[in-house]
Amino acid sequence: MNSTHTIMIIAVAAAVTVLLRFVPFLIFGGNRETPAFVSYLGKVLPYAIMAMLVIYCLRGTSLLRFPYGAPELISCAAVVVLHLWRRNTLISIAGGTLCYMLLVQLVF
Amino acid sequence: MKKEEINVRREDIRKAFIASVPVMAGYIVLGAGFGIVLETKGLGLIWAVAMSVFIYAGSMQYVAIELITGGASLITTALTTLMVNARHLFYGISMVDKYKGAGKKKPYLIFALTDETYSLVCSDESVKDVNNKYLYYFTVSLLNQIYWITGTVIGSLSGRMINFSTEGIDFALTALFVTIFTEQWISEKNHGPAIAGLASSILCLVVFGKDNFLIPAMCCIVAVLGFMRKMQGKAECDGKELQDE
Repeated sequence: MNSTHTIMIIAVAAAVTVLLRFVPFLIFGGNRETPAFVSYLGKVLPYAIMAMLVIYCLRGTSLLRFPYGAPELISCAAVVVLHLWRRNTLISIAGGTLCYMLLVQLVF
Repeated sequence: MKKEEINVRREDIRKAFIASVPVMAGYIVLGAGFGIVLETKGLGLIWAVAMSVFIYAGSMQYVAIELITGGASLITTALTTLMVNARHLFYGISMVDKYKGAGKKKPYLIFALTDETYSLVCSDESVKDVNNKYLYYFTVSLLNQIYWITGTVIGSLSGRMINFSTEGIDFALTALFVTIFTEQWISEKNHGPAIAGLASSILCLVVFGKDNFLIPAMCCIVAVLGFMRKMQGKAECDGKELQDE
């Protein structure tokens, strides 16, 4: 591990990440009219992606081994219930996180 | 007049700050975690800050630690980044229209489009009471990166001294996504896209495993959404044309 190697790794990781973020804008952006299918994706993707991100966050949770994903599932349910009840983003997130911390530190 | 303008701008910035508070909690904790891990591997403050400024992608930065300490080649680094961050293509695709007209702010808005920033800017709901939506987007994006860098610095400086009894606090980010998912579910009548995303992701997770499911899930989501559009008929989905007639 030397500094040059580290700098190169950071540079490559940064460049590829930037590229991935810019590519859609370079292809579909500018002053041209956005293709209809891309506009359609722009409308529906946020809903699908949020579901994907939830699953992405929970990907390491095992349902087959103790505690069978119970802390995650209970806390997610708590977030949903809190949000349906109060519809306040901060309360939902703080409540769910607190619930999860209590479960993993004290119960499981 | 001038004073009024300043007040309007201030109000937009205030709204952006309030929206960003949940990310603040998550980013400072996760950023600190990153700084600590990096420090324990012998890479100090400068490296931590450089990575959070230039790469600015949470999970990729954790992966990059492995690449650096493992002496990975640049090709491996490029391919790994491509796999881990491919989901960012989606964020761009769904923001092409919304960021149109952002002017000078646009390059930074695109650069700073992380999972969490995306979750705060993706819905039209978030900017409905905002005067200048680009100022709002920009403030949210910049604040989020500041939180992330701040967390990184805290972690890097405190290093091994802190003994975390905050186990589980990183659930804040999961809770953020679940909250937004629920909010979208309440405010949108058509649940097709949400269900498509959920079902595709779970299916691909089961089939491909936790390390490889994201890209198949993305392909699956686009395919299902494309199919749904076809079923509902082009005109109905594109909405606008229908209203114009």
